[in-house]
Amino acid sequence: MEKQEYLDLYYQMVMIRLLEEQAAQLYQQGKIGGFLHLYIGQEAVSTGLISVREPRDRVITAYRDHGVAINCGIPATEVMAELLGKATGCSQGKGGSMHMADVKKNFWGGHAIVGAHLPIASGLALGDKYAGNDNVTICMFGDGATNIGYFHEALNLSKVWNLRVLWVCENNQYGMGTAVERASAVSEIRQKAEGYCIPNSRVDGMDILAVRQAASQAFEFIRKESTPYFLEIMTYRYRGHSMGDPERYRASEEVRKWQENDAIGIYARHLLDDKIASQEELDQLDALVEAEVAEAVRFAEESPEPAPEALYEHIYVDQQFGIIT
Amino acid sequence: MARITMREAISQALWEEMERDPSVFILGEEVGVWGGTYAVTKGFYDHFGPDRVRDTPIAEAAIIGATIGAALTGLRPVAELMTINFAFSAMDHIVNEAAKLHYMFSGQFVMPMVIRAVGGGGRQLGATHSQTPDAVFAHFPGLVVVAPGTPEDAKGMLKSAIRSSDPVLFIEHATLYQVRGEVPEGDNLVPLGKSKIQRPGSDVTIITYSKMLEISTKAADQLAKEGIEAEIVDLRSLRPLDMDPVIASFKKTNRAVVVEEGWRSYGVGSEVVARIYEQAFDYVDTPVRRVAQKEVPLPYNRNLEQMALPQVDDVIRAVKEVL
Ligand SMILES: Cc1ncc(C[n+]2csc(CCOP(=O)(O)OP(=O)(O)O)c2C)c(N)n1
Ligand SMILES: [Mg+2]
Repeated sequence: MEKQEYLDLYYQMVMIRLLEEQAAQLYQQGKIGGFLHLYIGQEAVSTGLISVREPRDRVITAYRDHGVAINCGIPATEVMAELLGKATGCSQGKGGSMHMADVKKNFWGGHAIVGAHLPIASGLALGDKYAGNDNVTICMFGDGATNIGYFHEALNLSKVWNLRVLWVCENNQYGMGTAVERASAVSEIRQKAEGYCIPNSRVDGMDILAVRQAASQAFEFIRKESTPYFLEIMTYRYRGHSMGDPERYRASEEVRKWQENDAIGIYARHLLDDKIASQEELDQLDALVEAEVAEAVRFAEESPEPAPEALYEHIYVDQQFGIIT
Repeated sequence: MARITMREAISQALWEEMERDPSVFILGEEVGVWGGTYAVTKGFYDHFGPDRVRDTPIAEAAIIGATIGAALTGLRPVAELMTINFAFSAMDHIVNEAAKLHYMFSGQFVMPMVIRAVGGGGRQLGATHSQTPDAVFAHFPGLVVVAPGTPEDAKGMLKSAIRSSDPVLFIEHATLYQVRGEVPEGDNLVPLGKSKIQRPGSDVTIITYSKMLEISTKAADQLAKEGIEAEIVDLRSLRPLDMDPVIASFKKTNRAVVVEEGWRSYGVGSEVVARIYEQAFDYVDTPVRRVAQKEVPLPYNRNLEQMALPQVDDVIRAVKEVL
């Protein structure tokens, strides 16, 4: 890996963290509405994964999607503008936190119904199979999502039809307030993939280089064998499920323990220890991200609200299907 | 009489019924340790224990399917769907099982069960999390579908729902939980399937329910200042639909507006208007108006979302159009 690539991974993870910390503040100020699910703690997962995809590979995820949006190349300005519901946001203010997408960047969205995007991932991969290419669809979801029927139907289909899907379970130990063992018959979630004869492995999601390595191997395997692969990535969210989570289900001690093993911290130490980057360089990147986040907030706040006409845009492609006012 | 919130009213109904009848139990996502996403079951887990306050996996089909099965054995489960939008993940069990089994097996199967589900828009939750699909469920014979708009009705109707031998979908509105109202102390049952005049008036009949009762009441307050007296009929139940108070009121006012939060096409208003025309055609002075959500999936942006939802001014305008 080139030095610049190493630094870029650091930059992206810090960008996600600072952008979301800022978003949390804007939420408290009432500038962001609805639900806001922060990715803080899990940055290494999507940053690592998406860093090894080809631009032609598709990405689809759940509602915890800001980090994925950044990793797929949506500018911080557009992510922030979407959070504020502005016309300049990546979904033009109609989607909000849970529904970001940029099809030009092959990011097929944040989806807010738990598990519902998994069969859609199978369909995206079916499209690529039909076209005869070897593109991969990366489908990310939580541990909790593996308990809904959609998960099982989608995995089965992907295997039966030999679809190129990389199934990625982000096991952050909880689905809302429910610990994995309280909701899932198997606590090692990758075992569920065994049930569908889908090759699988488990990897430490606090180690971005391990995530990258596991992901590249998975990509290679999927492309060559024309078959799905399942990665379980162990991670942790530091913040509540969404804003306003009373967090009665876990001890603050547990959170603190994970924070001591923070992915960004581990990676920074690795860069320094292996003399890949100097502290000064990392500080410069931190400052750059800070400035970019500030600019994203300024951009979002100064951006226009969607025009009233936008309410009736995009109901149908075919205009003659009409508008009922 | 105590002045309590809708949340407290619903919570009290559940608590009292669980104390009264050991066959009543609760299941759903985050109902236990978390205390309910809308804090309705806060404190229940500690008091009633994990067997009677069951946290479930995220598996709506299994939640409703298991609710049906448990009810068939004579238990009285109260399932909570975190939001009514997730009822679609359990649609087969709601419409093809719960609504059918009693009839299809000629009465052998009895399902004393309640599904509590939170619906409604206005909180910037985006298109998938803001729906008011009440009419969809009211379409199916075999289901009882209720959606109270006051704390008194919420408490009394939930108690009736839990004691009913039929599957009841009990729809709560996410923005009504803080609303306060007088609720009689003790075991006050409010019947299912009965509409009610919530506000007497003589000039026009407003037919509404749930959140739109609040909006319609505000509209009626403003209209009263202009000397227009609106009579408000709260449907409370969508199936069975009790038209008697509606027709009686309409025969008096000859004018009506139906206000619902869901989409107008194939909606609650469609049904109510059709029945007014069927049952009181000779009393129609002007076409009945419908106020409903603009026919778009609800957007996240606050202004756009508010544009799409029925507002007090929309009700006032519609009333003036029928006068
Ligand atoms: C079908 C459905 N049921 C319930 C919900 C409410 N809900 C949103 S996120 C969530 C927890 C999901 O947990 P997990 O899959 O582990 O993802 P995480 O939030 O931990 O990233 C629940 C229950 C939903 N959005 N969709
Ligand atoms: Mg999780």
